[in-house]
Amino acid sequence: MALTKEEVQHVAKLARLELSEDEVDKYTVQLNAILEYARKLEALDTTNVPPTAHAFPLQNVMREDKVTASMAQEKVVSNAPDEEDGFFKVPRIV
Amino acid sequence: MRDFDFEIVMGLEVHAELHTKSKIFCGCTTEFGGEQNTHVCPVCLGLPGVLPVLNEKVADYAMKAGLALNCKIASFSKFDRKNYFYPDLPKAYQISQFDLPIASGGYIDIEIEGKKKRIGITRVHMEEDAGKLVHGGGSLAYAGYSLADYNRTGVPLIEIVSEPDIRSIEEAIAYLDLLKAILEYTEVSDCKMEQGSLRCDANVSLRPWGQKELGTKTELKNMNSFKALQKALEYEIERQAEVLREGGKIIQETRMWDENKGETISLRSKEEAHDYRYFPDPDLPPIIISEEWVERIRQTLPELPQARQIRLVESYGLPSYDASVITGSKAMADYFDQACSAYGIALPAGQSTDDKGKERAKQISNYMMGELSRRLNASDQGYQDSPITPENLVELLTLIEGGTISGKIAKTVFDEMFESGKKPKQIVEEKGLVQISDEGAIAAVVSEVVAKNPQVVADFKAGKDKAVGFFVGQVMKATRGKANPGLVNKLLMEELKKQ
Repeated sequence: MALTKEEVQHVAKLARLELSEDEVDKYTVQLNAILEYARKLEALDTTNVPPTAHAFPLQNVMREDKVTASMAQEKVVSNAPDEEDGFFKVPRIV
Repeated sequence: MRDFDFEIVMGLEVHAELHTKSKIFCGCTTEFGGEQNTHVCPVCLGLPGVLPVLNEKVADYAMKAGLALNCKIASFSKFDRKNYFYPDLPKAYQISQFDLPIASGGYIDIEIEGKKKRIGITRVHMEEDAGKLVHGGGSLAYAGYSLADYNRTGVPLIEIVSEPDIRSIEEAIAYLDLLKAILEYTEVSDCKMEQGSLRCDANVSLRPWGQKELGTKTELKNMNSFKALQKALEYEIERQAEVLREGGKIIQETRMWDENKGETISLRSKEEAHDYRYFPDPDLPPIIISEEWVERIRQTLPELPQARQIRLVESYGLPSYDASVITGSKAMADYFDQACSAYGIALPAGQSTDDKGKERAKQISNYMMGELSRRLNASDQGYQDSPITPENLVELLTLIEGGTISGKIAKTVFDEMFESGKKPKQIVEEKGLVQISDEGAIAAVVSEVVAKNPQVVADFKAGKDKAVGFFVGQVMKATRGKANPGLVNKLLMEELKKQ
């Protein structure tokens, strides 16, 4: 089952990417090639293998409920494209 | 409930902020308020290269809530990224739980008109809260731009999802009420709706009576009080019913309750919105929960609201209405239990007090449900910050019981206690309010009053009952309300018989 042009456009929209017609065609081919390559895994019998969420053998990594220092406000907003009165200023939504 | 032409089907999604000191994945404080963007760090801002680490209390509290809601606790649980773009979310994804929540398959039993109804709990999962947007230029719809404050970003939340078992607005309110009480009792959340630490969304659909398939649902957001929930559901149910009656179709969408307009407004349709592309968060290793861990948390569960309600009825003979009101809030129930201790009638569960104890418990309950609740509500205070402590309330009741002050004077003392926080004994002494129980002193006043009013004595002899009331009033006036009313009656009748 190959990826359609519409699906590529949908994924691009979700990722807020603006693609030209040419790019949609190009990425449809490339993404299908990637999926085809990954599909090789389907040849394996995974009947008794639980789904893997993490590759590292780590579990229960937790910290104590202790308050540590936060950043200074002017430092926090120093990266903001636009700022007002210590707030991040963003385009209107809804 | 056939007075409506459709069957209502609802489920609630409740978000509760957990009562931890620090955020879910970093050490920033969870304190409410604070100047904008001062409770943030590289982790909750989602700056590149940072590593979130789970706060162990979050797992403990989520588990505790799950157990209190009769859920099964997962032995393997993990965090996932929920991807969407919104300016209150600096990382462009929210760390949440998708397919392996920490708790699932529970229930709570609500009571509607004396009948139990079980509402299923689908799941309880952990996630981080988003930031807050302040809108420039007035209301949301006309804002030219928005201002983002990320202090709340990363505050730990649990989301509690119910099964679509709710069939009326009354049931929805009862469910939220009980859920809130349970979360308060377990102390996992302070449940302050006015501060947004408890928030409620609702999935609402209608179907013709007898139809098996569910109707198309809408998701309602932004209901920040019980009143808002009630009004939003009333509005949305009627809106959907009108569409269906005219042969129209409900569009699956998210709608926001607008408190000012008193209506629900379409925010976005589902097709474009619900593609969150969840995947396991690679920064956060899974949580393996042992039976020992679950047991350790189970041991910390307190007596829950319904068990406490039953205990108050069985141990102290309280009417079940009183017991349900008192146990509706943990602070009020704690106050009652402390007052019982102070009054020397506290009992372990399973035991029942004698008639004297029941009378005392009822006195406590009467004062709490009447005057004390009224004063606290009027001054916008809760039982946890009552100016009258349980010990002082009991001291007042002891003064009444022992005949030191009359019930009427007690009201004056009570008001003074509420205003000043002083102990009742001190107030009684300072103001000279001790009840006069000296027969000689009262008898003197009685004979004086009777002697002064020969016409009323004549009325009494002519059989006019009102005459007695007049004399009692005069005696009380002369003693500034302090005469023991029982003694006044007795001595007055003796005096009148002599005439």
